Amino acid sequence: MPAKRIIACLDVKGGRVVKGVRFEGHVDAGDPIALARYYRDEGADEIVIYDITASAERRTLDYQWLNQLARQLDIPLCVAGGIRTRDQALTCLNNGADKVSINSPALERPDFINELAKIAGSQCVVVGVDSRAHEGEWRVHQYTGSAETSRQTPRRTLDWIVEAQQRGAGEIVLNCMDSDGVREGYDIVQLQAARGLLSIPLIASGGAGVAQHFAQVFAKADVSGALAAGALHSGALRIADIKHAVATAGIEVRPC
Amino acid sequence: MTIAVVKLGVGNTASVMFALERLGADALLTEDARQIGEAERVILPGVGAASFAMQRVDALGLRDTLRRFPRPLLGICLGQQLLFERSEEGDARGLALLPGTVTQMYASTAAPAPHMGWSRLLELAPSPLLDSVSQGAYVYFVHSFVCPLGPETLAEADYNGRFAAVVGRDNVYGCQFHPERSGATGARILANFLALPC
Repeated sequence: MPAKRIIACLDVKGGRVVKGVRFEGHVDAGDPIALARYYRDEGADEIVIYDITASAERRTLDYQWLNQLARQLDIPLCVAGGIRTRDQALTCLNNGADKVSINSPALERPDFINELAKIAGSQCVVVGVDSRAHEGEWRVHQYTGSAETSRQTPRRTLDWIVEAQQRGAGEIVLNCMDSDGVREGYDIVQLQAARGLLSIPLIASGGAGVAQHFAQVFAKADVSGALAAGALHSGALRIADIKHAVATAGIEVRPC
Repeated sequence: MTIAVVKLGVGNTASVMFALERLGADALLTEDARQIGEAERVILPGVGAASFAMQRVDALGLRDTLRRFPRPLLGICLGQQLLFERSEEGDARGLALLPGTVTQMYASTAAPAPHMGWSRLLELAPSPLLDSVSQGAYVYFVHSFVCPLGPETLAEADYNGRFAAVVGRDNVYGCQFHPERSGATGARILANFLALPC
């Protein structure tokens, strides 16, 4: 099995990283490129750049900026935010992204997953899913970039991830909204349920607070990777500490 | 010196170009048979389906150019798979620079496919391409098909079984992983390729 991936996610709004960045010293607090390079040096296995308001504002990422970042990065780069046409996805890939992650646009038009997988290959297509428990069932949410636009859809999370896989997604990022930002650990129960249904990689998102949470989610839900944003940016967590905790639990990680 | 990076349509050729740029190499992204044939070295990248890529190779008249290329040639990811005789993916006929068939990886809930992530290089053979690369070094893979082990295998990797992670014979080399996205180890392998004598 490959090493479990520790993924640093940069939520970007208006060209700056948001979610309470409090870095000191050599890293410009909110500059996504500086921060991506910093996490690369710290030992992150992958960088995800997520333009959180793009989809709700009916636009996509700034390609020139993406190009500048990709030029400097020598680890995998996944981008997300408002990618809803084949040309937009291909332009992201042509500007150096390795994978594009689609979320709300895939819900608007599920055939988009098939189309992208066919032209770019499944390995380039990540489907992001925002999920929240509602009356005893996990439901998919859409346009979650801001509180005003976020809404629940009729789709059941576990049905949707299986459908996304069948349509050609190469990876699922499951963002468990109930645990997101709370920093009390990943939603192990939901991730276990999702993992049991998939034969493509599953990435855990939402809830990381301490290094031990990563060891737990790998040991209990056997996800391929775990994503962290806020806890990393605040300086509360460092990649080296995460990897140390995971390795100590006997789980393979790439050394920093 | 000019390195021709073969443009096969869809694929993350941008990251390969950026990696070469970081190494200070003069690279040209091209689909032109003459430019490719005259280049000092050639990189054949590519993601996507083997059958689609080989249709492009044939449509661009590149099959013979690549087969006869006398200087260092490096296939990356799908590019390595295309070096073999054939691929189960769309029953594609490869460049046949190396013997054997590329086969589909077995996928299951326990072992998801694609194999996407950082895995170790094992059983390294002495080769200038792997100069200063250590046994067990991690590199980044994304693939659903695997190349067979054989005398031309320079390093193996393990995912649901061993497969050829690095291959090489005469002037022809291949990496199943993405050196352009494999941190310092990947940069070292690309630098080694650029330093191969022509």
